Formats: sequence, C-alpha cells, structure tokens
Amino acid sequence: MLKTLSPHEGEITRATPEQAMTAAVLFENVSRHFGAVRAVDAVDLAVAEGEFFAMLGPSGSGKTTCLRLMAGFEQPTGGHIEIFGITAEGVPPYRRSVNTVFQDYALFPHLNILDNVAYGLMVKGVAREDRRRAAEDALAMVKLQGYGPRRPGQLSGGQRQRVALARALVNKPKVLLLDEPLGALDLKLREQMQEELKSLQKSLGITFVFVTHDQGEALSMADRIAVFNDGRIQQLGTPEEVYKQPRTRFVADFVGSSNILPPEFVARLGAAPQFASLRPEAIALGHGDSGKLVLDGTVLSRSFLGAANRVLVSVDGTRINVMSPAVAPVPAEGDPVKLSFDRADLHLMETAS
Amino acid sequence: MRSDKTVSAPLGLKIAAAGGLLFLHLPLLLIFLYAFTTEEKSYQFPPPGLTLKWFAVTWERPDVWQALWLSVRVASISTIIALVLGTLCAAAVSQTRFFGRETISLLVILPIALPGIITGIALRSAFSLADIPFSFWTIVLGHATFCIVVVYNNAVARFRRVSGSLMEASMDLGANGFQTFRYIILPNIGTALLAGGMLAFALSFDEVIVTTFTGGQQSTLPIWMLQELIRPRQRPVTNVVAMVVVIVTFLPILGAYYLTRDGDQIAGSGK
Repeated sequence: MLKTLSPHEGEITRATPEQAMTAAVLFENVSRHFGAVRAVDAVDLAVAEGEFFAMLGPSGSGKTTCLRLMAGFEQPTGGHIEIFGITAEGVPPYRRSVNTVFQDYALFPHLNILDNVAYGLMVKGVAREDRRRAAEDALAMVKLQGYGPRRPGQLSGGQRQRVALARALVNKPKVLLLDEPLGALDLKLREQMQEELKSLQKSLGITFVFVTHDQGEALSMADRIAVFNDGRIQQLGTPEEVYKQPRTRFVADFVGSSNILPPEFVARLGAAPQFASLRPEAIALGHGDSGKLVLDGTVLSRSFLGAANRVLVSVDGTRINVMSPAVAPVPAEGDPVKLSFDRADLHLMETAS
Repeated sequence: MRSDKTVSAPLGLKIAAAGGLLFLHLPLLLIFLYAFTTEEKSYQFPPPGLTLKWFAVTWERPDVWQALWLSVRVASISTIIALVLGTLCAAAVSQTRFFGRETISLLVILPIALPGIITGIALRSAFSLADIPFSFWTIVLGHATFCIVVVYNNAVARFRRVSGSLMEASMDLGANGFQTFRYIILPNIGTALLAGGMLAFALSFDEVIVTTFTGGQQSTLPIWMLQELIRPRQRPVTNVVAMVVVIVTFLPILGAYYLTRDGDQIAGSGK
C-alpha cells in the first residue's frame, strides 16, 4: 500500500486492523495479459467488507478487466485472488458469491421482469412461490412494484438499470460488482441513481465494487478509489486523498482538473524542484490575505460556466487555470492580474510520470 | 416505402414476370393434372378422362408405403443428427475466438456448395474403404452431411444476435453451462433451430443423388419414383406420390420462412 503524506491519521490507523481482517476482495500481484497486451499488470488491492470501492480510469486502463477477474469471466495470468478468504482462481462465475450489474444491463429479453429478477433463485432450485415473493421484494426495493409482468423492452433505460440491480441483489451476494451502471443514463437520472445506490449500499451493508470513468461519480460515491492507468493502480485512497494529494501527474489530471506546474516553476515558489499540482479552485484572483503566495500574470481568456468563471492566466509563459466563483468580479482579457493561494494547496508529486 | 407509389410496371416487365412464373410452375401443375388421368400407359394431352382411382391404388401399394416410411425415418434421423452437431458447431464458431475459426466455418458450409455427386462419390469410396456395408445408416450419414449445413447456417445467424453478456449474466446469477443453454440460449435460438430442422428434413426427404451412391437395396421415396418412371405400369401412381412429396416438403419450408422472417429483433441488445 502506498504511503501518503496524509494529514488524516485516522485513515492510516484504520487500515491496519482492516488488513488483519479478511478482505472482501483481495488481489495479490494480479496480472491479466492478452498476448503482449497487459490489460492488468501486477495489481495489489484489498477491498474491505462493507466498503463502497470505486475503480476509476480511462477506457482501456484495466478497471473493467479487474472487475471481470472478480466476477470470474476472466482468469488471471499471474498472481492470486481471494474473495472473503477463498481462493478465486479457477472458480467459475456460478460458484462465486458475487453478482454483477452489467453495463448494458443484459436483461433476458425472452423473460418478463419478475422472471428476470427471480432467475438466480430459479437456477438454484428455490421453490416457485418463495422466489416470486423474493423477486417482488427486490423489485419493491428498487421502486419498481408491479412491473413484474412487463418485458425488458417495455422499460426505460433507468428502469432497466433498476431491474438489473434487483436481479443481482435478490441473490444476496457478498460483493456486488457494478460495471459503469450509470453510463447510459442522462445527467439528472444519473445523479438521482448515485444517491440511491449510495443509500442502498449503506442500508444493505454489502460490499460494492464500482467501475467508472467518471471521476465526479467516483469522488461523490466511493469510500475509497483506485485510480487505474495502463493496467496499473496509480493511486489508492479516499476521495479526499486522491483529489488533494495526487501522487502522479496522471492522477492530478484525471481526477478533477489540475494545473501541473513544472519543477523549475515550483522551485521559484520556494519549494523543492518537483512537478506540483495546484487545483484551479484553490487559486483566488487578487492579492488575498497575507501569508499567501502571490503570482503576477496576464488574463489570456475566460469562460462562464454558470456557478463559476474559468480564467486562463499566463504567468511568465506558464498557463494556469483559475476557477473563480461567479460572484467575484472577472478581469477582461489582456488585463494584468494577481493570483493568490495557500502554500498548502501546492501539492508536490512523488513521481514524474 | 414504395407502397404509396401508384406507377405500375411496364407491360413488358409484366409479361416477363408471368412467363417466369409459368416456366417455374407449369410443370408442377402438369404433374398434379396427370395424377387424375384415366390413361395409365402414357402421358397424352389432353388427358382422355379424369378419375380419383389412383389415390386408392396408391394407398393399396405396399412398395409405396415402404419407400415413404424409409424416407421419413432417414429424414428424421438425419435432421436430429444435424440439429445436435450443427448447433454445437454454430455455438463454437460464434461464441469463441480461436485460430482457424473462419476456415472451419467455410469447411462446414462446403458440403452444400459441392455438387451432390461429389459428396456421393466421396462417401461411397470412404464407406467401401472402411468396409462399411451400404445400409439405412449409410444413407442417414450421407444426408446428415448437408443437413448439418442448413441447421448450422440458421443457428449461427441467430447466435450472433444473442449478446454475449446474456450468457455471462446467466453464469453470474448462478447458472452452470447446461442451465444457461436450457434457459437462455435455447429460448433465443429455438425458432432458428426449428426452421433449420424443417429445411433439413425437406432437403433429406427429396434427396436423390447422395442416396443413389450411399444406399444399398433400399429405395427412399425419390429413388422409388425414379424407378417407377421406367416401368409402364400404373404410371399415375407416381404422380400421386409426387403430389404428396410436394406437400410434405413445401409445408416445412413455408413454416421455416415464417419462423425466421419475424426474428429480426436483436436478442439482448440491452439499450
């Protein structure tokens, strides 16, 4: 596990007993290579029981392959996987206590909604009456009472998403895997489902492992985030850690947007000559209070984003994005401007990558 | 669509279409007509008189029943073999990726592209080399070679439309391979298999060439008809049998057409 310069001492002390406990999902040096392509390369991670764990990364970063390794659709080419202490290599998907919500929902088109939800119980030999009741309860949990007799084709995207969720949860999995479940929904629906998923996870206490390429989604929902790139975990930590203390330039850039300052620029600010990340919203226009670092620059462009203005400023040729609240006055293009920020917001990165 | 266009086809095209249809179907009508003729030695036009007695005569002929029963058995068993092997083959080709997949796909389809006489000679030499006596089972094997192709073609097209995530979802929910096939794959490819099976049955039922090369002393219905044409006795009996063959083979083909026509929606496309 990586060691961050975290001020949240609580996080580090909590991590130790977790390690002693059985992890819900444990990856030890896990690789999945397809010929020369290293889809997943030497990944270590431990998902704690009851945790909402997000795997975040661009497409092709290995996050979905990791999920498929957990589900059993892929087998690792190296390393060791455990699910609740039980070795998972070679165990087929139907003998794992995990269930998946698929990106395209994968509802069975020839079955009605009730039979879709009851499918897992049906193949396990649960009596017809019992599984009907369980399926109806599961549908009620996702607010789809009375939709049982309909066909998947008659439902909207958001409703299908809920059916897929009910179909997985009715099996009472120990770990629920979600593969970009909100990707096909429009913005309003997505925000609503984020809330619902979060509260569902809290009330059920099931471990959720969530794959997404949407950093906002990962930050708002997850207890911890693993940021993937090129088949490897770039950083693993709480949303705050990942956002405030990005370990690499990739993480700084992918999680939110950030100004990545070159070493010589950082040196002039009186810090060690390393790449540093400075969040646009940490910078204020104007001189600010005493004790802040102040830079002189020229406004290159500005754009109105609703709640804020984005101002692009050139400081000795280095471009810096500033996110200024919409209520603050905005200088015109070409105007000289002062930028101020706390030294603490300038985050030095450990690696140059 | 075109339906709202009221411009009719030019006269020449109409005549050509009518001529084409006549060319295709007039001989069939003649076969039907001579099933009712009173003249049993030769086909003279117009028939001297019409009668229904040949239906009764046909019903009484034991050799007709033997040939019919053999044809039905051969077609049924070939179709069953083709359904099992063709479906397995289609599953392998459409669900997995392996080296030489396209080649295998081509090799499976090849028997129907080859002239029947080549298939016949090849099988006959193979059976002789292996010292397998010609029998009911050699006919079945011969027919199965082209029946597999029909089933395979139907099944592979449908398999491609069943999204792979449906099978993964089924496994994820606890179904093993057999349950996934029974509850997910079969309902989605069922009509394609039925259509493929009907076509295979129809193909086998009126097959002559491969049967000639692989059969022993037995006569399937088409072979019996061929032999009967040479004999001058009770000729209209052949026509009666021909009518039955047309009906028996046409109905499954019509059924197959209706079964596959409506299957255009993509199973499990999700969105």
